[in-house]
Amino acid sequence: MEEKSLKRTALFETHTALGARMVGFGGWEMPVLYSGILQEHHAVRQAAGLFDISHMGEFQFDGPDAIEFLNQLLTNDLAKLSTGQGQYTLLCQDDGGVIDDLYAYRLGDTRYLLIVNASRLEVDWMWIKAQHNSRHKSLQLEMTDLSGDLAAMALQGPKAAEIIADVFPAAVELLKNQIAELDFGRATAWVSRTGYTGEDGFELVVPNNQAAALWAQLTSLGQALGLVPAGLGARDTLRTEAGYSLYGHELTAATTPIEAALGWAVALDKPSFTGRETLAAQKQDGVSRRCVAFKMTGKSAPPRAQYKIFSADGTDREIGEVTSGTQSPSLGCGIGLGYVETAHAKSGTNIEIEIRNRCFPAQIVRRPIFKKPG
Amino acid sequence: MSDIPINLKYANSHEWVRVGGDEAIIGISDHAQEELTELVFIELPEVGSELAMGDPCAVVESVKTASDIYSPLSGEVIETNDALETEPGTVNEDPYGDGWFFKIRLSNLDELDALLSPDDYAEQLN
Repeated sequence: MEEKSLKRTALFETHTALGARMVGFGGWEMPVLYSGILQEHHAVRQAAGLFDISHMGEFQFDGPDAIEFLNQLLTNDLAKLSTGQGQYTLLCQDDGGVIDDLYAYRLGDTRYLLIVNASRLEVDWMWIKAQHNSRHKSLQLEMTDLSGDLAAMALQGPKAAEIIADVFPAAVELLKNQIAELDFGRATAWVSRTGYTGEDGFELVVPNNQAAALWAQLTSLGQALGLVPAGLGARDTLRTEAGYSLYGHELTAATTPIEAALGWAVALDKPSFTGRETLAAQKQDGVSRRCVAFKMTGKSAPPRAQYKIFSADGTDREIGEVTSGTQSPSLGCGIGLGYVETAHAKSGTNIEIEIRNRCFPAQIVRRPIFKKPG
Repeated sequence: MSDIPINLKYANSHEWVRVGGDEAIIGISDHAQEELTELVFIELPEVGSELAMGDPCAVVESVKTASDIYSPLSGEVIETNDALETEPGTVNEDPYGDGWFFKIRLSNLDELDALLSPDDYAEQLN
């Protein structure tokens, strides 16, 4: 039923040839696993993994007022970016509720790129257009949704730099969060040193018709170094271990960046932007709940989204809810993210997770939940 | 194509049953383990517990999700494969052998007629 309307990325044939198991995600038919989620997860931590992230959206903004316009919509401060730099940022409603979390890059003097979540692409685009047509009509800029023409992949893991060096020598020089426009054959690729796994790595955006060639080239270069294709299953366990938020789980229109512990991506020193009033008030007065990371401390089944969180201070009071949970392949125990009352949000606080009507001990920990030794 | 041994019986919910006298060993099919993906946690029934046909009696968890396993027959649990609690991946590697779940003393042998033959189960998977 739903399957009919699922979109396919330029790498769909590549995935089926690799024997991937495909699932629906954010309106797209995407690989959830190839060889197995655990193996792919460990490969990314120990060597490298290659992910298709073509479902994500790319919006380009160009014009003398592009920075002013985007700074009115996004929480972080684009003025901090010189050409070739990017930052994590959020798009919020007037009440501070999150519309999407995204990356913003400065590609040139007046040119910016936003990379947004697949599941939010249309909502984002409509919101951004509507904001321009209503509140910011006088600002001069052109905006283009390039998502349909572009494919993207993420090369992640400690061997990523070694692998990319043969295709894009200049990419190795990029620092974290930097982006470069590099030649790939006759096409241009955007290559950034970013990712969603907690490992070193790169995200690469190319025209659809170049995607299979780039994938094949990276795969053949990486094979000897332990590179494997990796699906959404491993992407989710990796980002959960890293403590990164996922829209629809930690972030929704009913949560704010301050509650989500993303205040570091909210530039309250900007005089105005959408949602600023609420966010400034929350920053000053505090919030009643906060997004935390936690680890199970005894033997238990893995925590899952929507499981209830109880206090472990003897009162057995319900204090929150899990938003993401899994068995950590790296740690071998249950881990998760969730919202708890602020009084229980400090790292080191003991909590309990209700799993099938029984409570199991857990502890609030700092992000990342998993960090490689050394 | 998944493996469906011909000497076993099957339930619609993808459990297998190896009958011996009034006892039966129960596990999940190769197809089931493949669909579930790699298992990382298994909760087995307690020895001594009484199960009715169709009762949720075990939980298997992959990294992505938790799923119930249903008892294909009624009876008392007389033995469980506790090794699965530390090595849940055994179910993926050997679903019909070392990956068995529990042994049950049957309380109603007529229920065996309701199980699927290997051919019927293969048909259901198509």
